[in-house]
Amino acid sequence: MGTKSNVLDKYSARVYKNRKEHIVEIDESAPEQQIAANTRSVPGIMTNRGCCYAGCKGVVLGPLKDVLVITHGPIGCGFYSWGTRRNKAKTDDGRNFIQYCFSTDMQEPDIVFGGEKKLRQAIKEAVEIFKPKNVMICSTCPVGLIGDDIHAVAAESEKLYGISCTAFSCEGYKGVSQSAGHHIANNGIMRRVIGTGDAAPKTRYSINLLGEYNIGGDGWETERILRRAGYDVIAVMTGDGSAEALSRAHLANLNLVQCHRSINYIAEMMKDRFGIRWLKVNFIGIESTIASLREMAEFFGDSELKLRTEDVIADELSEIAEEREYYREKLSGKTAALYVGGSRSHHYQYLLRDFGVKTVLAGHEFAHRDDYEGRRVIPDIKEDADNKNIESITVERDDARYSAFLTAEQYDELRGKIQLEDYKGIIPDMQDGSVVVDDLNHYETEAFLEVLKPDIFMSGIKDKYELQKAGVVSRQLHSYDYSGPYAGFRGAIKFASDLTMGLYTPAWRLVTPPWRNEPILRGTVGYAEKTEAAQNA
Amino acid sequence: MLDLTPKGLSERGALRVNPCKTCQPVGAMYAALGVHRCMPHSHGSQGCGSYHRTFLSRHFKEPAVASTSSFTEGASVFGGGSNLKTGVKNVFDIYDPDIIAVHTTCLSETIGDDLNAYIQDMEIPEGKRVVHTNTPSYVGSHVNGFFNMMCGFIKYLSEKTGVPNGRAAVFPGFVNPGDMRELKRMLRAMGIPFTLFPDTSGVMDAPMTGSYAMYPRGGTTIPEIAALGDCLRTIALGVLTSEEPANTLERKCGVPYELLPLPVGIENTDRFLMTLSRLGKNEIPYELEEARGQLVDVILDAHFYLYGKKIAIFGDPDTALGLTSFALELGMVPKYVLTGTPGDAFTRLAEDLFSRYGAAGCVARASADLFELHQRIKNERVDIMLGSSYGKQIAKAEDIPFIRAGFPVLDRYAHSYFPIVGYAGAMRLLEKILSALMDRIDRDAADEDLEAVM
Repeated sequence: MGTKSNVLDKYSARVYKNRKEHIVEIDESAPEQQIAANTRSVPGIMTNRGCCYAGCKGVVLGPLKDVLVITHGPIGCGFYSWGTRRNKAKTDDGRNFIQYCFSTDMQEPDIVFGGEKKLRQAIKEAVEIFKPKNVMICSTCPVGLIGDDIHAVAAESEKLYGISCTAFSCEGYKGVSQSAGHHIANNGIMRRVIGTGDAAPKTRYSINLLGEYNIGGDGWETERILRRAGYDVIAVMTGDGSAEALSRAHLANLNLVQCHRSINYIAEMMKDRFGIRWLKVNFIGIESTIASLREMAEFFGDSELKLRTEDVIADELSEIAEEREYYREKLSGKTAALYVGGSRSHHYQYLLRDFGVKTVLAGHEFAHRDDYEGRRVIPDIKEDADNKNIESITVERDDARYSAFLTAEQYDELRGKIQLEDYKGIIPDMQDGSVVVDDLNHYETEAFLEVLKPDIFMSGIKDKYELQKAGVVSRQLHSYDYSGPYAGFRGAIKFASDLTMGLYTPAWRLVTPPWRNEPILRGTVGYAEKTEAAQNA
Repeated sequence: MLDLTPKGLSERGALRVNPCKTCQPVGAMYAALGVHRCMPHSHGSQGCGSYHRTFLSRHFKEPAVASTSSFTEGASVFGGGSNLKTGVKNVFDIYDPDIIAVHTTCLSETIGDDLNAYIQDMEIPEGKRVVHTNTPSYVGSHVNGFFNMMCGFIKYLSEKTGVPNGRAAVFPGFVNPGDMRELKRMLRAMGIPFTLFPDTSGVMDAPMTGSYAMYPRGGTTIPEIAALGDCLRTIALGVLTSEEPANTLERKCGVPYELLPLPVGIENTDRFLMTLSRLGKNEIPYELEEARGQLVDVILDAHFYLYGKKIAIFGDPDTALGLTSFALELGMVPKYVLTGTPGDAFTRLAEDLFSRYGAAGCVARASADLFELHQRIKNERVDIMLGSSYGKQIAKAEDIPFIRAGFPVLDRYAHSYFPIVGYAGAMRLLEKILSALMDRIDRDAADEDLEAVM
């Protein structure tokens, strides 16, 4: 247990007691290792976590291109979540709200006398200028404290303007991280959007892609492959997504879950309500994309689909074969550390493995125990004061529209074969001696760097430059350092190419000035002047 | 791009669209990073600190350290006192700064946390300091946060010992490390002993050495801030940014101040140098006069590419005013001068500039947003835009040459290393403006009109 204790050494007793539960050194001989997660961060610790608003507006709702999202609060929160997450979206008609930032920009009198009036006025102005069909309201910290009833304002606006208007009470102080915001957004979308669209005929290979935010175009690349294999993608949640598509999401036969943390609530609720099964997939990594495609074909169980799937796989593989070999040679044997939100630190291990890179540390910002240990632990997770206030809703079966694709027997048979309605978590995939850290912080990042000496550290912008200054290749896995897509076969090559650039850019050899390594002979230029100056002084 | 923006302007009283400002705490965090071995601390929910650190790192492409009180729902109900107490203890234990600079957020302001009382009650390790300022996000903008944090440091630390130290206190305004370096170069050239406060050079432009230093070499030191009280005079740069701290220092320690515009452009730089010259009784050295002469020389050389060209300028108040002044000196027409930061003084100062140069038909707007700027541009085009990063959407939508300056610039590298202040900064701006305008001429020229020499 050397690695862990070396890192924890610096902490005071109280912090030590807290943090030791969040760090696990993988011991393959110890089954079912447990980790503490989704608990509050220690004040003063430089956590990389964000807040509930960031999870709700920033992650889940922000990408909806046909929704005018108004941030109700002072200007900052709306401003920071304006176009900074790289959730790409395009529209044919130019009606794309994600290029815009809408805020009530609350001022002191609004805080003192209440902000509902301003919110009402803002919605009125938004409707008049932009004519949206869908408005969503996201509240920030002070709104909850002063007690603005944003839900009443939303209901009123629906009547007044004949639009859909949904409010999300996602004040930043709720929960312990972005995760609470994901849940709040999931609830609102489930209650108010999914299944509200017209009934259209269901096609056999209809699917939704959940928890794919189209960062750097990942969703587009994934969809390209899925369409090639013959699937109809009804809705993507929520990258390049729309309320319009979400409203028809009940017409799918299968829900694919990419980011388990942020969207598993909707997957479960759609199962209960519409009978749609969900499958955990991973389109990050070559082998994992292949595995996901095969599991999907297995789910539909039809031999023609299976054959087409194999054709697509073979074709995509042959397209990248040469480059794959080249980059494997460049990257093989390197080690990596991964610290991202709630899923990517797991997904990217597969992609790294494709190129022979070993993961020595992985952690999540806002994951729960099930993301680490697998869904089997869900019944054992204890609620605490911070998460018990985050509403967990259950939905009724919609008898008219409930349609299960699989029979009960088929379901039971498949569950043993594929990751149907299951997620095994990150821990079972990690190698002996590697480290799993929940809510990794600035100090621990530095400390683990010393101990584990990874060649590459993939994290976010807040620690990117700390890592780079320490001489380690650092790549942002939230924004892909403005590159991507990294999904699928072509994405894997793009990723490998970016990593190779990071490792081989000649600037690394220029870090130390030559005079630090070689003695400089004393010359005589300027010697006379110096002597003269010294005499005059 | 921005296809939903209609041409027709309408009155908006509540809806802010595409803001040209952000909230106070990020300015406070930036000011605190300009103090040596200081840990900025965000007293609010952890998303605030996270957004602000992210934002600063995106602008400077540097680490931006800061800790947070990590409010939960419980803390929001019962007050953040114990979070702050625990937070401060942990920060000193783990990150070992010399000083913690706490700023509030809209969360802790709304619940009315009394930071004075919290700080008085807490145990602070020997030789360490904790200071604070109030930065409610629902008042002013990030610029207010910047100067409020300066006031916080002054209130806690600056002392008048009665023995003048012969120095000038120089407040740089909300500018980049590159500007701070240029200000210091001019001050040295003028032979003025000075303390620049805050000073983010050497912090937010720290060199690559192969080892990470949480507290780089730069930043104003605690003893230097304490000694501000013994300075002879304060040179407060940026009339809308630096008056408050200059006033605070005067009230506390009796240091008189001279309030000057940000030295952007020729006249503003002239005023800065002449003030220093009077203060230090030193002639303006040939080195600076030469730089000024070179600048005027190039302006005259190229005036026919600049004269009468319409420019839209947007960003922080003092930056926008400085850029406007320079644009007028170039013979350009500052058609729209806009800031998101509230305050009528801004429009008054901009309009004074317009009338001094006889620039007709120019519009100055405070408390405005980029949506409005875009609508105005749709009604009457400009030849070039100059401002912060989000202007790129408008520039793309309307196909207008665009130059980035000020804060934030999130989408370009190395910008923060170069000044916009002083003659050197003006020369750089001039080259950028000329290149942008002339590249456009080349791009749009018919083959027979493409000039080999311009």
